[in-house]
Amino acid sequence: MMLHSMATKSTTADRAPASAEPGWLVLLCVTAWLVPGAGHLWQGRRQKGIVFLCAIPVMFVLGLALHGTIFPFQFSEPLSGLAAIAEFGTGLPWLFARVMDAGSGTVTSPTWEYGNTFMIVAGLLNALIVLDAFDIGRGRK
Amino acid sequence: MTDHFLLLTLFALFVSLVFAVLLRDTPREQLRLGGMMFGGFLTAGFVLGWVMFPMPF
Repeated sequence: MMLHSMATKSTTADRAPASAEPGWLVLLCVTAWLVPGAGHLWQGRRQKGIVFLCAIPVMFVLGLALHGTIFPFQFSEPLSGLAAIAEFGTGLPWLFARVMDAGSGTVTSPTWEYGNTFMIVAGLLNALIVLDAFDIGRGRK
Repeated sequence: MTDHFLLLTLFALFVSLVFAVLLRDTPREQLRLGGMMFGGFLTAGFVLGWVMFPMPF
């Protein structure tokens, strides 16, 4: 009897939340990537979600305003390729900027490197935010 | 907007805000970690700026 109840307890504790199905987790991660903070908002973490929703797009737009470049996926120049992957992490703001042909970058501008830094770091921070949303979805947090 | 220190401060503000909110759950803990990170960024930037000042390159 005791063994049975112990076994039941451990399987209950190990079981992932009902919502943590692979398809749902993929959808969660894609949403969290597209709209920074949406993954947290979806899971009821309002304060965190709102902060991310404001901070990441503002950082990206500031980067554009500082004449930063949206790097092409050009892996013949490894640093440019890596910067492109990092910026891609921003999600919708990156897509909008690409569609609107923004982010051509002004290399001669004194703030060009600052702009790049803001945009690259915004993308990398959003990648961390997506991973955090994934962890919450898996029930690890 | 070409003031380097202002841009450094803005960058530090955003990064410490996101990290504090990401890594801590209560507002009090977030404020504490965010404040420490923000202060650390500014201090490091200021100190490194002065250390590099005499360098010829």
